[in-house]
Amino acid sequence: MRKTLLAAVAIALPMLGSVAAAQETVKIGYIDPLSGGGASVGEGGLKTFQYLADELNAKGGILGKKVEIVPLDNKTNPQESLIQAQKAIDAGVRYVTQGNGSSVAGALSDFITKYNERNPGKEVLYFNYAAVDPILTNDKCSFAHFRWDANSDIKMEALTNYMKDTPAIKKVYLINQDYSFGQSVRSTARAMLAKKRPDIQIVGDELHPLLKITDFAPYIAKIQASGADSVVTGNWGQDIALLLKAAADAGLKVNWYTYYAGGAGGPTAIKQAGLDHKVFQITEGFANVDHKASQDYEKAFRAKVGLSLWYPRAVNEMRMFAAAAEKAKSLDPIKVGKALEGMKFEVLDGGEGFMRADDHQFFQPIYISSFGEIKPGQFDEENTGWGWTQVAKVDTPQTIVPTTCKMDRP
Amino acid sequence: MLELIVISTLNGVLYGMLLFLMASGLTVIFSMLGVLNFAHASFYMLGAFFGFQISRWFGFWPALLIAPLLAGAIGAAVERFGLRRVHKNGHVAELLFTFGLAFAIEEIVGIIWGKVPVDYRQPDILDFPAFTIFSTNYPAYKMFMLAVSVVIFIALLLALKRTRIGLIVQAALTHPHMVGHLGHNVERIFMLVFGVGTALAAVAGVIAGPSLVTQSNMAALLGPILFVVVVVGGLGSLPGAFIASLLIGLLQTFAVSINGSLASLFGPLGPDLAATWLNDIWNVTIAQIAPIMPYLLLVLILIFRPMGLLGTRET
Amino acid sequence: MTDLASSSVAPPRPTLSDRMKFYGIWILTGLVLLVLPKVFSSGGSMTTFSLVGISIIFALSYNILLGQTGMLSFGHAVYYGLGGFLAIHAINIVGFHKWPIPLPLMPLIGGVAGLFFAALIGWVMTQRSGTAFAMISLGLAELVASSALILRSFFGGEAGISANRTKLFKVFGLSFGPQIQIYYLIAAWTLIAIIAMYALTRTPLGRMCNAVRDNPERVQFVGYDPHVVRYIAFCFSGFFAGIAGALAAINFEIANSAYLGAVQSGTVLFAAYIGGIGFFIGPIVGAIFVTVLSLGLSDLTQVWQLYFGLFFIAVVLFAPGGITGLLMMHRPLVRAGMLSRMLPSYAMAALPTLALCVGLMLMIETIVHYTVNPNEDPHIQAFGIPFDAASPITWVTAAVLIVGGFLLARRAWSRVGETWDTTLTAARAKVHAL
Repeated sequence: MRKTLLAAVAIALPMLGSVAAAQETVKIGYIDPLSGGGASVGEGGLKTFQYLADELNAKGGILGKKVEIVPLDNKTNPQESLIQAQKAIDAGVRYVTQGNGSSVAGALSDFITKYNERNPGKEVLYFNYAAVDPILTNDKCSFAHFRWDANSDIKMEALTNYMKDTPAIKKVYLINQDYSFGQSVRSTARAMLAKKRPDIQIVGDELHPLLKITDFAPYIAKIQASGADSVVTGNWGQDIALLLKAAADAGLKVNWYTYYAGGAGGPTAIKQAGLDHKVFQITEGFANVDHKASQDYEKAFRAKVGLSLWYPRAVNEMRMFAAAAEKAKSLDPIKVGKALEGMKFEVLDGGEGFMRADDHQFFQPIYISSFGEIKPGQFDEENTGWGWTQVAKVDTPQTIVPTTCKMDRP
Repeated sequence: MLELIVISTLNGVLYGMLLFLMASGLTVIFSMLGVLNFAHASFYMLGAFFGFQISRWFGFWPALLIAPLLAGAIGAAVERFGLRRVHKNGHVAELLFTFGLAFAIEEIVGIIWGKVPVDYRQPDILDFPAFTIFSTNYPAYKMFMLAVSVVIFIALLLALKRTRIGLIVQAALTHPHMVGHLGHNVERIFMLVFGVGTALAAVAGVIAGPSLVTQSNMAALLGPILFVVVVVGGLGSLPGAFIASLLIGLLQTFAVSINGSLASLFGPLGPDLAATWLNDIWNVTIAQIAPIMPYLLLVLILIFRPMGLLGTRET
Repeated sequence: MTDLASSSVAPPRPTLSDRMKFYGIWILTGLVLLVLPKVFSSGGSMTTFSLVGISIIFALSYNILLGQTGMLSFGHAVYYGLGGFLAIHAINIVGFHKWPIPLPLMPLIGGVAGLFFAALIGWVMTQRSGTAFAMISLGLAELVASSALILRSFFGGEAGISANRTKLFKVFGLSFGPQIQIYYLIAAWTLIAIIAMYALTRTPLGRMCNAVRDNPERVQFVGYDPHVVRYIAFCFSGFFAGIAGALAAINFEIANSAYLGAVQSGTVLFAAYIGGIGFFIGPIVGAIFVTVLSLGLSDLTQVWQLYFGLFFIAVVLFAPGGITGLLMMHRPLVRAGMLSRMLPSYAMAALPTLALCVGLMLMIETIVHYTVNPNEDPHIQAFGIPFDAASPITWVTAAVLIVGGFLLARRAWSRVGETWDTTLTAARAKVHAL
């Protein structure tokens, strides 16, 4: 048995060292699923970051050093992510980025905060580009964590600010997945609507277990019976696809305000259901945004990578990282972190955003767009022939929400 | 109230029949071979993807015929070259074999068709609402699903109880040597049964694929509920599985329409308890836990009636 | 008369050299665990060793069910996870109140939690073994995993519950911040748990478990209730799973719903079965193998899960005794000193088998390249070996390796079978003759 152990270790150790490379680069550990069910999303993200690194390198890198993305497969598992983070740190990575799954983000933020406490002088920063659990910039905030995506409260703030000025919305139904994210969507929606549009009736408030439903017909029947004109949902994955298909089957006529209808497979489902401009999403950007620079960027990105740009925020993240390093004239994570705090920045899709120093949450213009038929020359999604077009833009000041963060700074 | 009951019953029956469509093959294989096939949902998925691919090339109706044949052939090969080998090592080995198979099939499908959902559509000829009750449409495609499910149930029942082949198959299960001495090839019968079971799974895949999401993780998401159907109905009992499907369909659908919780029954908790974990349980509504009710039913059935509703054997 | 009878039932006292050997193994194990971090000192290998230790305990606890008592469980992670959650809550509570309980005792709390839940649920679950037990465990695991997301205040929702292990009462000035201290903590617990579980197999209870697995009716005739035996085994298994879960919680300083999930239950089943459920040492080998493989394989290839699944199928098909079973098969040959007779035929069979595997891997990687990354450079790397996926030479090589390897391997292995039979017969004859 000991022999087996040693043999196994002998096999394992070269693997552990395989991410090591030359010291002359700025390494960014990309920790996201690259195998298993989440791989399609993780691969898309990796290609985006590699594209961004190439772009920075073409301009001479950061402070003259080349940027290198170190891909690490976390299998969407929080524990696995911590192992991968440890591996990355061993290989000399001082910046990690991750996005898929708030459970992973929570574990990672916690791990890096403790690592920094216990290893002064070797600090690591964590750039979060997609995990939206508000807790990460509230009760569990950390100096090491920076978030470029709008958290779910911010999106709801933007959405309710849009609803405030849309008198056609009278009866709202909430349906969400029963876990932290869905629960937070639902409770903020109730709170914010009660404040901004007390005349709106919340005619239903449903929570259902995560990814367990095959048949949404009973839920659709409830929505139908409630007489709702709008549905707000944070559902993603098959939970949004099946929900929309069941609604189309039953002939339910409502408007869908969603967080993730634009996720992988979402556009295909909407097209199949034939819900032309009935499904809305709340994002920090989309392909057909009315801004020349971002449209050009989208075109170049699609030509090179073969995907639509899912993460305009990743562009903001990498560009701001470079700007912060230039400003601090150093690649020391603490100095870069301090430089990022409060930094104002012109975002990819136009308009000014800023990184709030109190909680390290980035604030930016938020768009509400709808999915359906497009004009010739506009970008479509997933080869459906339909695309996202703008319904409303909520400017940065209208997206600001308070925070409870009490940050310990180095 | 009447609206709620009518709609819920209809939805419940439709969902139950969909479950039966998916689980029928599983119960056939179990009742004939005694093998609990963990990879059953994977064959369902193969059916959906074959259906998607073939309907792209030749249309939906040829796909409905060819895809199950293909999947059935693969199933028969799995039995011939895999299961038969591990059979001598007992049921645990068979179960684990299918467990590994499910793992591999999911990856292979992911490699060939990618991990994002594919655009698998229902045929245009069935793309219209069949009827409307209380302003809710019921699409023709769902009626088609219901019809296929019922036809399969009756056909299987007749084939097993009334035909010569059915009798031989049943005899081969209990007295394999005797049937062998009578000149029947028992091994081939087992292979055939496994092939038919997996082909049934594929039929379900071809039909359910367009109305659900056809994606490489669909097997993993659906797998557990099929076991619930088969076990609750009684392992190996076809009518049992039929009744269990209906029961689970109705249970889940009606539960969704009930908003009651402990809090609405007994009033909210006192403020000193409001922040504890008890509060979570107190405020959970029945609708909220409806989709996990089948698992509760499974555990209860196994505790109080381990042979299932209509089963005859315990294990 | 009675004296004679009872003395003949008890096994003879082991000789001094046997006892030396027996204790020597444990002492050696302890020493190896002690010096391991001196040899491999990087943070990554520390983490790997810690994980291996945890999964050894977990796999061994699983084998109390599957290997020793014959109960196939699909929900063993429930006790692992609940142990982990209780330990995390305990660390937070103890740290908050500043009670003088040091961190090294926390796994005990996890163990007691696992024991408590196993004792609570186990009585109705263990009424039957076989498929009914497997199905109840599956249903229960689904229930617990689903509730974990709904009951937010205890399970912490998606983010989980985190704790700080350094905030506890300190003994010997150990802060348990650095991973090396955690490694030693886990190593100590692993050694204790291995010894305890080994001792368990030597008790009358352990023997009764085996009897229940092999023939429950006869156990009843002898006057024992198989249900009670299964229940006790289940409780022990839950206890050790809880210890493993608590150690994981200490290692990661977080507990979340992934601890309770189907993936965790599946992994432990894989580990125990691949290692070999028929031997005490089997799950240990399996845990090391599966942990290292799942950590390392994903660096080498994108579709590691496919290889994992295929490997598992191969084990079920060709080596139902697992890795240990394969090795232990050779014990009679080694005793008779005839192992060398088998080696030539093994070498003959290994070559075409290797060719077959390489061919399959080449094929899989090429297909993956074309379907998953069609736009990228066809000069790809798999397992560190670069090759050109677009070149027909690669395709032909793969085809030749697969077809040729398969045909040759089939013949070679049937030859191995023949040699095996004759050698084994000879070896038995020789040993008996002695």
